[in-house]
Amino acid sequence: MSAFRHRRAVLALGLAAAILAFCPMVKAGRSGTGGGGLQKAAFIPCWVPHAQFAGYYMALHKGIYRKYGIDLTIIPGGPDRPSQTLLTEGEADFGILGLSIAISMRDRGIRVVNLAQMLQRTPLLLVAKKYSGIRTPRDLNGKKVGLWGGTINQVQPQAFFKKFHVTPVPVRQSYTINLFLRDGVAAASAMWYNEYHTLLMSGLNPDELTTFFFNRYGLDFPEDGIYALEKTCRRDPSLCRAFVQASLEGWRYAFSHRGETLDVIMDNLRRSRIPASRVHQKWMLDRIGDLMLPKDAGGVRGMLREEDYRQVSRTLLDRGLIRKITAFDDFFRPWSGGIQ
Amino acid sequence: MKKPNFSIGLALKLVLLVLTSVGLIFAAVFAYNYVVSRRIVVRNLEKNAHNLALATVSRIDTILSGVEKVPQNMAALLENLNPDDSTLQEMLRAVVRENWEISGATVAFEPYARGPQKEKSALYAYKQGNRIHVTRFDYDYFYRDWYQIPRELGRPFWSEPYYGAADFNTLMATYSLPFYRRKHGTRKLAGIVSADISLAWLQQTASAIKIAKTGYAFLVSKNGTFVTHPDHNLIMNETIFSMAEARDDPRLRKLGRKMIRGGSGYVPFTSIHTGKDCWLVYEPLSSNGWSLGVLYPRQELMADVTRLNHTVVLLGLSGFVVILLVVVWIARSITGPLRALSLATGQIAEGNLDVPLPPIASRDEVGRLAGSFHHMQVALKKYIRDLSETIASKERIESELKIAHEIQMGILPKVFPPFPEREEFDLWAVMKPAREVGGDFYDFFFMDHDHLCIAIGDVSDKGVPAALFMSMTKTLIQAKSTEGMAPHEVVAALQEDLVSNNPSMMFVTLFLGILDTHTGEFVYCNAGHNPPYVIRSDGGTTRLEMTGGVALGVVDDFDYQSCSIRLQPGDGVLLYTDGVTEAMDADGNLFSETRLEELLAEMDPRTESDFLEKIMERLRAFSGAAPQSDDITMVHLAFFGSVRPGMPSPRKGAGRRPKSSGH
Repeated sequence: MSAFRHRRAVLALGLAAAILAFCPMVKAGRSGTGGGGLQKAAFIPCWVPHAQFAGYYMALHKGIYRKYGIDLTIIPGGPDRPSQTLLTEGEADFGILGLSIAISMRDRGIRVVNLAQMLQRTPLLLVAKKYSGIRTPRDLNGKKVGLWGGTINQVQPQAFFKKFHVTPVPVRQSYTINLFLRDGVAAASAMWYNEYHTLLMSGLNPDELTTFFFNRYGLDFPEDGIYALEKTCRRDPSLCRAFVQASLEGWRYAFSHRGETLDVIMDNLRRSRIPASRVHQKWMLDRIGDLMLPKDAGGVRGMLREEDYRQVSRTLLDRGLIRKITAFDDFFRPWSGGIQ
Repeated sequence: MKKPNFSIGLALKLVLLVLTSVGLIFAAVFAYNYVVSRRIVVRNLEKNAHNLALATVSRIDTILSGVEKVPQNMAALLENLNPDDSTLQEMLRAVVRENWEISGATVAFEPYARGPQKEKSALYAYKQGNRIHVTRFDYDYFYRDWYQIPRELGRPFWSEPYYGAADFNTLMATYSLPFYRRKHGTRKLAGIVSADISLAWLQQTASAIKIAKTGYAFLVSKNGTFVTHPDHNLIMNETIFSMAEARDDPRLRKLGRKMIRGGSGYVPFTSIHTGKDCWLVYEPLSSNGWSLGVLYPRQELMADVTRLNHTVVLLGLSGFVVILLVVVWIARSITGPLRALSLATGQIAEGNLDVPLPPIASRDEVGRLAGSFHHMQVALKKYIRDLSETIASKERIESELKIAHEIQMGILPKVFPPFPEREEFDLWAVMKPAREVGGDFYDFFFMDHDHLCIAIGDVSDKGVPAALFMSMTKTLIQAKSTEGMAPHEVVAALQEDLVSNNPSMMFVTLFLGILDTHTGEFVYCNAGHNPPYVIRSDGGTTRLEMTGGVALGVVDDFDYQSCSIRLQPGDGVLLYTDGVTEAMDADGNLFSETRLEELLAEMDPRTESDFLEKIMERLRAFSGAAPQSDDITMVHLAFFGSVRPGMPSPRKGAGRRPKSSGH
């Protein structure tokens, strides 16, 4: 899920994250209120500060969190700082998690609750080169397919393979798609908003690619929701509400001011020393917009559909990855205010 | 005045024609020079560009393949040896120490390849300043590109560029390749050996390439990512394809695809950095499939040719101006004298023959023209002088002729009526010479009281000789006519003298009649003359019978005869010369006897006092503009008889004016 190229860069990021993570200010800031009556809070997105999280960064940049009474710190995400860990350990008050991961966390007794479901559809797809002979899902049989590590991450593709009765050879996919570009695998996992465009920006044309968007095969696992520990909600519901509302406003701002948003994103990435292309970030912002604002939904609402929740839970249950399905109301605590 | 227009026209025509031709020739030469010189430069440039790109690429490839050798040797070594960690560490240290271009080296083993407890076993030696450190990787290196890709591909792999850990500004790349070991007879993958290099030298090599002022080189990786570029913002951030998308430039994308697929070429290209029109030469690195592009700014490289072309244009324009001046000078040197000549000849034409011609020293056509004009002027002057003299002498002759005319007329009786005291007859005469003096004559005189001699004659020629002969004849007639002689005796007397005094063999026709005014008897002798008409009082007109005589002056012994008729009172006789009947109109028709007789028939000579004048008028009307060809002479005798009882004399009518020969 990354634009990262190599281990050294990742190591460096880890180092930076470590410094940030142990920064006393951040830790201290998390409890109590700061000056001016603002309540301190920390937020961990599930990856580097690219356009996937534009809404949060714009809310921060434009002072929307402050407007809602929050003195927010965004902890830069990355491969070495999984949001689920930081959320579990209380390093962050709020974090971005995929629905399936959150459900499995609940099953493991980590009581996270969904405050707002941001992406309404799954951005995940499998991509293959047409010249490798892959045109239909059945062509994947026996082929090497790049899959991201982690059991939960593989639920969707495995369900997809099962649906088409194919048995590919899974190869764990790194943070880059170079293995796919060099023909080390016949197909690779990709996020529509990220890796898919990276392929285009590496010289492959859309008409040279076969894509299997999981949402088109009844495997729509919504990603990116805003989560918090249940105890945080119980302790400070107004903070949760304020955070969600500010974040939604940030997203609305980002989508209606895309140029400015891209400026801020590019600036953040440059300051974080992460190679970035504005064209790529624009694609990402636009696709995130598509995923957040599907045509049948009315704007950014942060709603989690119960049927999505049930489908993901049932799939995880079927695969033995969770033991039981948590009640929907227990899992989804919409704080988007006024919408319910 | 037309002359200035003429000169400007000629000069302008000359200038226009010459300059247009010269301009066209120059344009053609310039166009050819422009096209060909540019083509030559472009061709040479293409060759140079390819050479430069190939040289640069091969320099880079030499270093890269040198780097490749080190891990390749290690891999070969590790296929057969299984050194312990400390030996491996020393090997890695040595590799990093001995190869300046290698900044780090790794040997990483497959899971559990170094023992059932050791899932991960990877040693990494790297330079930091002057020191070499060795460390172990304890992360999941199996899923990193440098390990995973050569492992999955089963062949060596050059990584995409990445920023080094120690220094974000140092671009690195890693070469890694798998090594194998035999176990139970099968060759199994044992791990990956890799070497890291800093790309600083590569960036320096590429950025050292400067073409003209703004030409530059750039390098893109296998994924199209900018590795070097004068715009540092592009490096690592952008790929050639993201630039194409940002600029919505499908051509750039196409070019990028060719570049990353190992293509080479030379194409026109607009620089994404400077925005200038360039030629782009691109060539792949054979070691890692990256691609070097070198941009040749067209305008700057064409600067020399452009300057040359500018100079050529400038030279051409200067030449053009020189030719313009020369042509104007030539035109002036021709038209100047021509204008002066034309002015002078204009004055000559107006009569000023003494106007000086412009001095023209040149020996060309203009000089010759001036010479001809000079000759013409001299000839004209001479001609006009001669003409003046001729005119003067002609005037003298004319005045003499005029005098001769007056003398001739003077010898003819010209007072009418000549004998006012005689009532028996009336007499009128008219003579109109064709020239100043004529050869016709008439005369009348009384030979005695009752005998009136009337003569009319026509000398065979006209002009002065005829006039002289006529004078002689007339004088002789008077001299020979003595009382009592018959007309044929007078004529016979004349013939001898005329023949003997006629060296130029002229002859004269003569009618000589003698009227007895008393009886009306009219005796006559006709020596070759037109027979006169007798106009009877009853209106009948007859010709007088010929007497069979020939013209005088040729034969001296002709026997002339006389005839006679009797005129009744009221009868008349019209004597005339052939100038009357042979008067010609413009078409050459003769007046003829017929017309004369018709005329006589319609007139009554007894009542018509100006009878002769009317005939003359009719003759003039007949001849019209045709010149008079012969002397015209007429004499009219009207006989009234000696007794005219109770009859008023018609000839005593008022207003009768004296007839003169008139001229």
